[in-house]
Amino acid sequence: MKTNFMATSYKKLILNGIFSENPVFRLALSLCPAVAVTTSVKNGFLMGVAVLFVMTMVNITVSLFRNLINPKVRIPAYILIIATYVSITEMMMRAYSRTAYKQMGLYIQLIVVFAIIISRAELFASRNKVLPSAADGLGMGLGFLGALVLVGAVRELIGNGSIAGFHITHGSPLLIMVLPTGGFFAIGLLMGLFNWIDQKYYGGRPGGGGGGGHH
Amino acid sequence: MDTEKNPQGGARVFRASAGPHIRSGESVPHIMWTVSAALLPAAGLSVYYFGPRAFLILIISIASSAAFEALAQKLMGAKITVSDGSAILTGLLLGMNLPASAPFYLPVIGSAVAILITKQLFGGLGYNIFNPALIGRAFLMASFPRFMTAWPVPQGSLSLARPDAVTGATPLGILKEEGYRKLLSHFASRHDMYVQLLLGHRGGAMGETGVIALLFGAAYLLYKGYITWHIPVTFIATVAVLTAVFGGDPWLAMLSGGLVLGAFFMATDYVTVPQLKRAQIAFGLGCGIITALIRLEGGYPEGVCYAILLMNCFTPLLDRAFRPRKFGEVA
Repeated sequence: MKTNFMATSYKKLILNGIFSENPVFRLALSLCPAVAVTTSVKNGFLMGVAVLFVMTMVNITVSLFRNLINPKVRIPAYILIIATYVSITEMMMRAYSRTAYKQMGLYIQLIVVFAIIISRAELFASRNKVLPSAADGLGMGLGFLGALVLVGAVRELIGNGSIAGFHITHGSPLLIMVLPTGGFFAIGLLMGLFNWIDQKYYGGRPGGGGGGGHH
Repeated sequence: MDTEKNPQGGARVFRASAGPHIRSGESVPHIMWTVSAALLPAAGLSVYYFGPRAFLILIISIASSAAFEALAQKLMGAKITVSDGSAILTGLLLGMNLPASAPFYLPVIGSAVAILITKQLFGGLGYNIFNPALIGRAFLMASFPRFMTAWPVPQGSLSLARPDAVTGATPLGILKEEGYRKLLSHFASRHDMYVQLLLGHRGGAMGETGVIALLFGAAYLLYKGYITWHIPVTFIATVAVLTAVFGGDPWLAMLSGGLVLGAFFMATDYVTVPQLKRAQIAFGLGCGIITALIRLEGGYPEGVCYAILLMNCFTPLLDRAFRPRKFGEVA
């Protein structure tokens, strides 16, 4: 992948993370937080922003130090880098938004072991220059953010009759969608929709996603 | 089987096609329609007890199941097989699992989940892991607890216009909340309670109350050989024995809740339960243990639905675990 990137390549890298290799819908990585925190648009958004920040910064840092880290200890080194940025995020959140921190603090700490972040560090940032790595982290982070907001919107709309706190529908909502079960339903159906669009308009093959079941 | 000349010499060899060679003449549609017919006495009894609204809910449930089946197959470009009766049976079972006071959109949502998600997205008839009607019920239970725990008490006829006519707890609900003595006080005697439960004169889902009619239908299916005794008998006996061991009333345990409906008509679904007899006994045992556990210790008064669904997960494992060894095979 060691090539000279031009402006179009950066755009391509960012779009890659958002659409064709969307972490949640295409790579099926980090599904655990995608189910756990997406009961509303707000929660999905906060989590997504935290991951976007950590992801971009980790990619930049790993890329900067890629020639200094001994390959034998690279995974512990990446984890340390990730943990640093996660700690910063957590402290920021605790300082500026206590209610959100109470709700999501545990999941924010769990970002340390998110498969998507370590996999981008390993697969991309450790083999590429700083700017492409930043673009990849930005794209993947935006893809993750978008996916979480989308799942959150679907679940909040069907399960609570509102979007981002604004009530839209009347009558009794489908409570199950804000329960954990609903997270699986929403992600499964949205993933199906993504695959269907991919097949129909871009001629992609079904399947796509890699090993699920990671954090 | 036909014979032909052996190309090497004069002797004749037999050429056999792949099995099975003996066919019974039974078919999937025939079985599905027969099982549906076996449920009709119980469905009829529920309409008698709960009035025309019950009939309407059953019809909506069946019609929407059939419609979703056709829609899904049309969207996926598959052959439309509504006439095989499997979606109709799912709709009937789902309807029988609802309270007669449910709003009319409940069976429609339940059918959508049962047919579109549980059945068709997993590959259609024969490929679903879970019993579609039970997933539909569980989905509605989690989504609309308010409607799904208000069980109308048979009053002769429930008018079409008023969904919240007279609702009350099911016998198991009373047992859970207020105890056995309180439940008994609703009836003239213990004997009277058993008779009333057998006849279905109690609150509950439309199809689960008419125990006598369900047994009648189940007896016909057993006679025809469409279901075997292994799962239902093990299931019901396990619940009765465990209830008795832990100080409950085993007759009440057998006659109340959805046990008879679940054991004979849903834990015998060909697709989602094991095929080997010994595996079926293990399946029934598991269902019974989970049901008794939920009833005696759990938060819900009734656990038949969740017990069957949980055991559905184990079906492939059970079939593998009890697979007969080939002669000489080393484990």
